[in-house]
Amino acid sequence: MSLTAEATGNRTAPPTKGSQARRSRRAAETRAGYAFLTPWLLGFLLLTAGPMLASLYLAFTNYNLFSAPEWIGFDNFTRMFSDPQYLQSVKVTSIYVLVGTPIKLAAALAVAMLLNTKRRGQGAYRSIFYAPSLIGASVSIAIVWKAMFIDDGVVDQIGQVFGREPGGWVGNPSMTMPMMVLLTVWQFGAPMVIFLAGLKQVPNELYEAAEMDGAGSVRKFLRITLPMLSPVLFFNLLLETIHSFQIFGSAFIISGGTGGPAGSTLFYTLYLYRRGFVDFQMGYAAAMAWVLVLVVGIITFIFFKTSKSWVHYSGETK
Amino acid sequence: MTSVLQKHVATPDDRPDDLDRSAELRREARKKSLVKATIFHVLVLAVAAVILYPALWMLMSSLKPSNEIVGNISLIPENASFANFTKALGGIGGVSFWTFFGNSLFLAVMSVIGVILSATITAYAFARIEFPGRKVWFSLMIATLLLPFHVVIIPQYIMFNELGLVNTFVPLLIGKFLAAEAFFVFLMVQFMRNLPRELDEAARIDGAGHVRIFRSIMLPLMKPPVMTASIFAFIWSWNDFFGPLLYLKKPDLFSLPVALRIYVDQTTTSDYGAQMAMAVLALVPVLLFFIIFQRFIVEGVSTQGLKG
Repeated sequence: MSLTAEATGNRTAPPTKGSQARRSRRAAETRAGYAFLTPWLLGFLLLTAGPMLASLYLAFTNYNLFSAPEWIGFDNFTRMFSDPQYLQSVKVTSIYVLVGTPIKLAAALAVAMLLNTKRRGQGAYRSIFYAPSLIGASVSIAIVWKAMFIDDGVVDQIGQVFGREPGGWVGNPSMTMPMMVLLTVWQFGAPMVIFLAGLKQVPNELYEAAEMDGAGSVRKFLRITLPMLSPVLFFNLLLETIHSFQIFGSAFIISGGTGGPAGSTLFYTLYLYRRGFVDFQMGYAAAMAWVLVLVVGIITFIFFKTSKSWVHYSGETK
Repeated sequence: MTSVLQKHVATPDDRPDDLDRSAELRREARKKSLVKATIFHVLVLAVAAVILYPALWMLMSSLKPSNEIVGNISLIPENASFANFTKALGGIGGVSFWTFFGNSLFLAVMSVIGVILSATITAYAFARIEFPGRKVWFSLMIATLLLPFHVVIIPQYIMFNELGLVNTFVPLLIGKFLAAEAFFVFLMVQFMRNLPRELDEAARIDGAGHVRIFRSIMLPLMKPPVMTASIFAFIWSWNDFFGPLLYLKKPDLFSLPVALRIYVDQTTTSDYGAQMAMAVLALVPVLLFFIIFQRFIVEGVSTQGLKG
């Protein structure tokens, strides 16, 4: 296609041959570009941009899938502030993000530093530690987790050995959060692998120089490892934070789709799903989805804004 | 250091206590590194044990009778049997386990095909063709990387419902064929940008158009990212729960995760054996993939930051 266009361009008007050929060549490039981009463009317009606008509209309506949407202005948004279940889902999700993500990343960094040696078996350990990240979000693991944390389950038994009151974590509203945090921490392998790749980039001379200056291991960690790792830390922190806002499957399976007991596993997306696809309050669910997008957008913005002060890229002088 | 020591040994007028001390130092250093290595392996093995315990517990529980599972910390089954598996393979409500397995496999294989086709074509446009608007589209594509997909599911559901496509595989697959998962496009673009420009320029001089260049030059060189993307497209599709939960409501269309959920809801809580067996069966393909391609997967994660 592009070739025929070039050929016709070359044939006409010899005096301005050069510029015209260039222009038609550029037109051919444009056509080829959009031809190759067509599948993605279609997907972007039909599956992302279009639906985003549609859900923005629905967020201001009352819609139940069966009758026409009814415009209600900001009612869906004001409703959130007086909806105890919504507030509960915000609370549960915030705690999960604020507690789970730092613990998971700390575990990932600690194990990455432990593994960052030239000892034998390092590769095998790395693979073993990564494996939970691949299966952790699956329904299978959620079922196992539930079975391990129920009354008289394995965790309950171990807890009793250490003097805990008998009782499983699944049915105890104050213990479901630690259980969910443990499930996400169990999947520390993915950020660990990324940390490990970052640690390998830190030049050894830096540590040697610091040692000569008499720096201890805490000092070396704070002054060399952390700054040198900050781009990787930034990446992991951003990705893990956004990721944990969207936890759904495991909470769904463990609570049987209810978010219970007492709303203690009513994560944001689970509540959104229940409102949208169980109660068919699709306008309200769309409003919730847009709030999530805004929150994730603001967090991403803050991350990038503040990153200048704590993320160091090598080769950059400050 | 050793060469210095040997030289010392060779000279007879060396002071003997000096020699002794260096030998002692060496022995001490070796002892120290041995202690260090032991500490390393003990620590790492302890972490590995904690990490592996839930998975092993699941596997071993699937071999135990249901009444021996809950609260049984031990991994070794006293009366191992495959009865749970026979039960799990029986399926749900007259639909066999193999139907669910087949549905999951079909979805995963089609996802891989869709992702590879659409992501390579899209990446070629972004990495190799100059056209107005390219930068804007590329930024928009990158923006979708971080977009929570919940904002599109409600209108998508309404659309697919209107089109009568609920209870078909179309809603779950169409996005794969339209490069909706930006991660894969990004992965391919990054790789393609590092391929030498001279390749396409030489082909252009020989009169090849973009289609030829893409098919005969780029695609054959894209094996590494195609491999990584295939593995992850397969595993993500296999594990996907949200999509099938929304769109597949007839038992004979269930993918394994949805079937598993129904199975857990339907079987009485005491039948943990069959649940464990089915959970194990559902993970087998992922674990096989992991064992075969673990290097690829872990390298892919560490270089591309792919999520598990």
